[in-house]
Formats: sequence, C-alpha cells, structure tokens
Amino acid sequence: MKRFTRAFAFFALLVGAWQLVFVARFWSPVLVPSPASVARYLEGAIIDGTLLSATMVTMKRLTVGYIFGILLGLPLGLLTARFKVVGDTLGLIALGLQTLPSVCWVPLSLLWFGQTETAMFFVVIMGTLWSVIIATENGVRNVPPIFARAARTMGSNGLHIWTHVMLPASLPFVVSGMKQGWAFAWRSLMAAEIYVTILSGFGLGHLLHYGRELNAMEQVIGIMFVIIVIGLLADKILFSPWERFLHRRWGTEKA
Amino acid sequence: MTLESELTNEAPSKLSVRRISKRFASRGGAVHALDDVSLDVNEGEFVCLVGPSGCGKSTLLNMIAGLELPDEGEVLSDGHRVNAPGRDRMVMFQESALFPWLDVLGNVLFGLRLKPGLTTAERLDVARFYLQLVGLERFSHSYVHELSGGMKQRVALARALAPNPRVLLMDEPFAALDALTREQLYGDLQRIWADRRKTIVFVTHNVREAVCLGDRVVLFSPHPGRIREQYRIDLPRPRDINSVSLAAHASEIMVALKSHVRDANGEASE
Repeated sequence: MKRFTRAFAFFALLVGAWQLVFVARFWSPVLVPSPASVARYLEGAIIDGTLLSATMVTMKRLTVGYIFGILLGLPLGLLTARFKVVGDTLGLIALGLQTLPSVCWVPLSLLWFGQTETAMFFVVIMGTLWSVIIATENGVRNVPPIFARAARTMGSNGLHIWTHVMLPASLPFVVSGMKQGWAFAWRSLMAAEIYVTILSGFGLGHLLHYGRELNAMEQVIGIMFVIIVIGLLADKILFSPWERFLHRRWGTEKA
Repeated sequence: MTLESELTNEAPSKLSVRRISKRFASRGGAVHALDDVSLDVNEGEFVCLVGPSGCGKSTLLNMIAGLELPDEGEVLSDGHRVNAPGRDRMVMFQESALFPWLDVLGNVLFGLRLKPGLTTAERLDVARFYLQLVGLERFSHSYVHELSGGMKQRVALARALAPNPRVLLMDEPFAALDALTREQLYGDLQRIWADRRKTIVFVTHNVREAVCLGDRVVLFSPHPGRIREQYRIDLPRPRDINSVSLAAHASEIMVALKSHVRDANGEASE
C-alpha cells in the first residue's frame, strides 16, 4: 500500500509539473498540450471506439506473428543446437539476421506483400524468429552435459530427452530470447504502422501518424501513452510470471 | 508390474568386465585411459574402485553404465553385453545432476515416469517411499537450490534407487561434501545397501572412504589405467570411518597406492 501511495504521489507530481509547464506557456500549446487535453482526446477515442479498434488491430498483428515466430523459432533453435550442419548454416544466418535491426525488414516486406496484413505479419515474424532461434540454441549449448547423461541412465532418450531435459533446462535462455523477440517485434511493427497505411486495419501506429499529419499533439502524446502502457502490461503479464518461475526454481537473483 | 513388485528387492546382478581397453584423443596425443582391464563383481557386492585421477576408474564406471563404449573388450551384466544405458544400472554422479525445473519429488519421479507398467499413484508411492528412505519426505516440494549439498546427494540417491535398479554405480558421490555430512551419508548408504540389496560399484580417490564402504577395494594405477591390487575388507558392518582397524587397512592400501603412483610417474618420465 505504501509502495502504491508513493508511486501515485510520484505520477501526480509528474502531471503537476507538466501542467505547470503548460500554464507557464514556455512552449506553444500546439507543441505542449495540457494533460487535460490529452485526457480528453483519450476519452473521446475510447468513446468513439477508434482507440479500442486500433489497439485490437495492432495486438492481433503482434500476437499472431509473435506466436508464429516462437513456434517456428523453438524447433529451429533446437535443430541448430542439435545438428552441426544446421548450426553451420541456419545458425549463421540467424546470427547475421538477428543483428539486422528488424525495422529494416519493412521495405522488403512492403515490396513483397504490398500494403497488406501479410506484410505486417512478416515483419513481426522476422522480429521474433531470429532472437528465439539464437536464444534457444544458446540455451541448449549451456545445458550441463551431466543432465543429459543422468537422464539417459534413467531411460530417457531421443525426443524425450529434448522435450523433458534440454528444453526445460534451457528455459532461462529461451525466456530471455522470447522477451527480446517480443521487443524487436513490437518496435518494428510500430515502425511499419507509422511508415505505411494498411487499408485492412488502422493500428496504433497509424493513429500516431495521423496525429502528426493533423498537428494534433494531444493525439500523439495520448497514443504514445497507450503504447507505453501496452509494453508495460506485456512485460508484467507475459514475462513476469515466467521470470518468477525461473527465479524460484533455479534460485537465481532477478537481474 | 505392481507396487508390490516395485518395492521388493530385485536380485542384484553380477557384473563382468572383460579385457577392456579405452583410449582418448587429447591435445598431448592419445591417452591410454584403460589398458586390458578385467573385473568381476558378484551379486550384491559393494566394490570400491580407488586410484589417483587419470587412472580410468570413472571411465570404467561410465562403461558399466553404458554411457561410454570400450574400444576393446566388453562389459556383461548378468551375461548380457552392455552397449547402452539401462534402468537396471543407475548412476549417481559427483554433482547431484538434479533438474532445477523440477521439485524434489519431480526429480525422484523422473526415472519412474519412464518406467512402463505403473500407474501414476503407484509411481507417487514409490517416490515417497524412497524419499522417506533417505529421510527427505518433508522436502518433497522443495526446489533443488533450496537444499544443502548433502540433501541434494540424498535426493540423487533416492532418484537412482527409485526405478529399482539391480546395480548402483556411484562416481565420487560424496567428494564435494564436508566431512560431517559425508560421515552421515556413509552410515545412510551402508544402511540402505543392507536394506535394498544392490550390487554397488563406487568410484573414489579417498582410500578411507573405500575401506569404510567396500566389501572389496580395487586399486588402479594411471598411465595407462590398470588394476594393480585388490583387497578384501572383512570388517564388521556398519563401519565407522574413524575406527582404528579401518585406519589400519586404509594405510596399508595407501602405501601401495603411493608406490604405484611413483612407479607410473617414473615410467612416464623415462
């Protein structure tokens, strides 16, 4: 409760300072709108449904592409760690493409797929896939060999050893790879949505873009706020439980 | 298979190591880990393999486990050639090798889940039985990192015993523990061995430990790994590692061990 009060006081102070800057007219209200006007924009966008529908469009692109990227990346990462030939080929490609900022996929994706959902989907997958492959491979390589030996003496082998020993043993790496993949996918999707209009659905990035076109600063700030909240929620809902699990089981301190 | 049969002692098996040789490639050229080694272990016998590091005793243990294969020769378990790991021969390592993503009970259940013919309830009963045997039933739902080194090795012992193997292979299982914990585990292991009747092959570099636990102590010398001498230990059980008669046996073996190490080093430098 005390933590909550303190945090609340901090944010109240922040908004207060903002209001002060607005009232003092250091900058034009076109550049620094009041907190109230941002709140009014958000209220209006919620009531007329644009905010909700934009959020749904963006989240759908993100989650579908992300899940697909993980489902593809996990087995490929395992194969990369398991077979030298895959590691020397796919592993090298993954390492190279992972260094490519995932925003760089946007032009290619647009040329290939046009201004379609598929283009967005592709960008998100490319953001996720390589991080997950690299992290999974890394995780498997860091599994103490004695785990596999112990499992073999207990009658585990083949696929069972991969699903019941190698995969859970590399979880700490896999989860951090999934987190990184999420961050890459989220950033590149936002870039893509700001960059081009996809007629099949207006996402948060489009709202942000139109905010600029209309010189509506309260919209720009309001949407940025929503994007931040989504990022925070994703971290708390999606990754914190995993990290708590790892922390409890492995006894490692949370960084 | 029933719970009844799971918890009754299976007949311990007889091991036979026949003229085994093994070489490893290393940076300094080929290492002759084992050279023409033969060893018979009787049903229910507790044999300790002793020697300095590099004498191939752990390699031999791994070959009995089926984790490594010999270049020449063969290992027979009850007359069957060993060429892969098997549930009849369970291994306990120096590090506990417990799985951190499972709790204590989950670790003990790991091998049981892979054993066909048991119901879930029976597996749970068996796991609890062995946790009780090592005195850790209260810690069923603890995580591995919450246990002390000695407790981890007890769990590892329970995990190795749970599938009811006929042979227990132990690779310096107590080497990383403090003296007090180790002494406790010597007592536990002797009690459990008397109770569960297993053939045990126990690798150690600690001569006193070997004399305390073994019916027989097999002395290895390095470069190349060979069996030099064997000592039958007829001291009454349970044995106390601090007893005078045990110390006398140990010092006799220690003298022999030192002379073999000297010989081996002498040969190597010639």
